[in-house]
Amino acid sequence: MATYLEAIREGIGEEMERDPGVFLIGEDIAVYGGAFKITAGMLDRFGERRVVDTPLCESGIVGAAIGAALMGLRPVAEMQFMDFISCGFDQVVNFAAKCRYRWNAPVPMVIRGPSGGGTHGGPFHSQNPEAWFFHTPGLKVVAPATPYDAKGLIKSSIRDNDPVLFFEHKALYRRVKEDLPAGDYTVPIGKAKVVREGKDLSVITYGSGVHMALEAAEALDREGVSMEIVDLRTLLPLDEDTVLASVRKTSRVILLHEDTLTGGIGGELAARIAEKAFEFLDAPVVRIAAPDTPVPFSPVLEEAFLPNARKVLEKARWLCAY
Amino acid sequence: MSVAQAVMNVAEGPGEEAHLSRRFLYYMSLMREVEDRIERKLYRQSKIVGGVYVARGQEAIPVGVGLALEPEDVVFPSHRDLAIYLMRGVGPRQIFAQYMGRIGGLTGGRDGNMHMGDLKLNIVAIISAIGACVPVAAGAALALKYKGTNNVAVCFFGDGATSRGDWHEGINLAAVQKLPLVLVCNNNQYAYSTPIEKQMACANVADRGPAYGIPAEIVDGNDVFAVHEAAQRAVAHARDGLGPYLIECKTFRMTGHSAHDPADYVPKELFAEWEQKDPIRRLLERMLDSGWIAPEDVSRHYDDLRKEVDAAVEWAEACPYPDPATLLDNVYEPRS
Ligand SMILES: Cc1ncc(C[n+]2csc(CCOP(=O)(O)OP(=O)(O)O)c2C)c(N)n1
Repeated sequence: MATYLEAIREGIGEEMERDPGVFLIGEDIAVYGGAFKITAGMLDRFGERRVVDTPLCESGIVGAAIGAALMGLRPVAEMQFMDFISCGFDQVVNFAAKCRYRWNAPVPMVIRGPSGGGTHGGPFHSQNPEAWFFHTPGLKVVAPATPYDAKGLIKSSIRDNDPVLFFEHKALYRRVKEDLPAGDYTVPIGKAKVVREGKDLSVITYGSGVHMALEAAEALDREGVSMEIVDLRTLLPLDEDTVLASVRKTSRVILLHEDTLTGGIGGELAARIAEKAFEFLDAPVVRIAAPDTPVPFSPVLEEAFLPNARKVLEKARWLCAY
Repeated sequence: MSVAQAVMNVAEGPGEEAHLSRRFLYYMSLMREVEDRIERKLYRQSKIVGGVYVARGQEAIPVGVGLALEPEDVVFPSHRDLAIYLMRGVGPRQIFAQYMGRIGGLTGGRDGNMHMGDLKLNIVAIISAIGACVPVAAGAALALKYKGTNNVAVCFFGDGATSRGDWHEGINLAAVQKLPLVLVCNNNQYAYSTPIEKQMACANVADRGPAYGIPAEIVDGNDVFAVHEAAQRAVAHARDGLGPYLIECKTFRMTGHSAHDPADYVPKELFAEWEQKDPIRRLLERMLDSGWIAPEDVSRHYDDLRKEVDAAVEWAEACPYPDPATLLDNVYEPRS
């Protein structure tokens, strides 16, 4: 059994074995093994040349990763918390994202790190900043929900020839476990997955939302309602076909994410569904997301802020009764 | 009046230095007592929400600097400068409540630990992103100058912060504009697990001062008198309209980065070496040697301190959590 965290570590390790151009760069990742210990043991295995501890400088880290990628290496840069990617924002959205389009220069790099709430981390250690990048052509945005996908997708991300932002949900790190197949496998970027077949309504989600939906689906089963769950796995490029197929099948849809509502991934999905599957809908498209506030610190506020299985269940019942 | 307060209020008799030393002692020992309680007791009892970053061994820095300031000077404490809050009148009870996510904390449960501020007290709350405070402090200094006051902005940060672009941009801007900005670095030699030699290739943070055309000095960060005197020079410089001034306080982080970090990467000898230089112990020795405090006053002071902290913890534990119905409030200015 591997946890989500171990799966990512395995995937990175395998890619480093496979390709000598893959290296790691970030704060406290080598000697310390990373704030969440994703890179624990990597220094011993691969040495200082390939596991680079940096000063405290996110813009520097992202910029250096871009430079190394332009020279043909495959850097995997860690943000200690994905919240701090904002400190390297320009490098991500302007340098990395626009090289290929402007002058046909590939930037094969990964920026990965923990995001998400539920750990009482407060406004700066709990955010889900994927939507900032979802709006940036030239980037790929990946957000796995399971150990299997986390490993397969980190491997694909490292092999990808475009810049990939890899959002790990920190509340899943040690909470979800599964057996992983022996040997090399990858999960393709840009492919969603129907993780649960159903016929009465669809929940389209990713990351922590998949687990909320699965829990809600069990409860709904007992009420005789069958929920289909689509795990997007990759947000950019978006696998529209899988989403639309599910909507056409069930005619009722909930778009669920832990990120805040306005300008979130759900809005884009709703627009695509309205454009391309309008005649299949039997009810309004429903979004479940965190409200438009910063992530509050106090447990009672955070509990009220975060989506959860209960909130999904309530909306699902409402939607099915519509 | 408790002895703890009395130690500060010796106006006559022992003289000015004794008086100052007692104020140093009060705030340094209160800061330590509060942080020890948080880190060594409440955190272990799972009564604290989120992360805990304490500054055991660094208390001389906020106290030495803080007591060189006027209440109208604007401070930007880092996550290791708890005493700044105490000196501006934030009580231990509010600090415990802040750490417990209760309504009585300075942010009322919106944020945690050292992420707190109060404009009425001229304390600006940091964000987590290390170093982001420096240009903001430059802007505060700009406003103080703009309004024609002779107040200064004081920005505290660690050695790690000096690697961020924001740090450099903020200092350069303030230097060019000759803004009244005092920059106080606690060089505790580690940023999380990163030792200073992996943080920068120059020997001292202060070496960077000349690169920006501002004065910079190095001071023993575990000697509260030395820190205080350096702060007085820095503040006078900034008040006189001469621009920013950088103080590098050499010190040591006597704990892990946070309460969950055992700091295995720090050589044990370093802890032992710096234990000998503990700023509170050094202060007490000097006070006793100079007759600024009597031995029995010291133990009474600590007894009082513990009682004060006990009562504050009790208050915080009884303090309610925020009402979840307030979740959406205050993202914007409330409509009247
Ligand atoms: C921009 C940014 N990157 C990473 C972090 C995570 N982090 C929190 S504190 C810290 C080390 C800070 O070191 P330093 O500035 O020396 O202050 P100290 O903690 O030693 O007082 C790190 C890496 C952060 N808060 N902000």
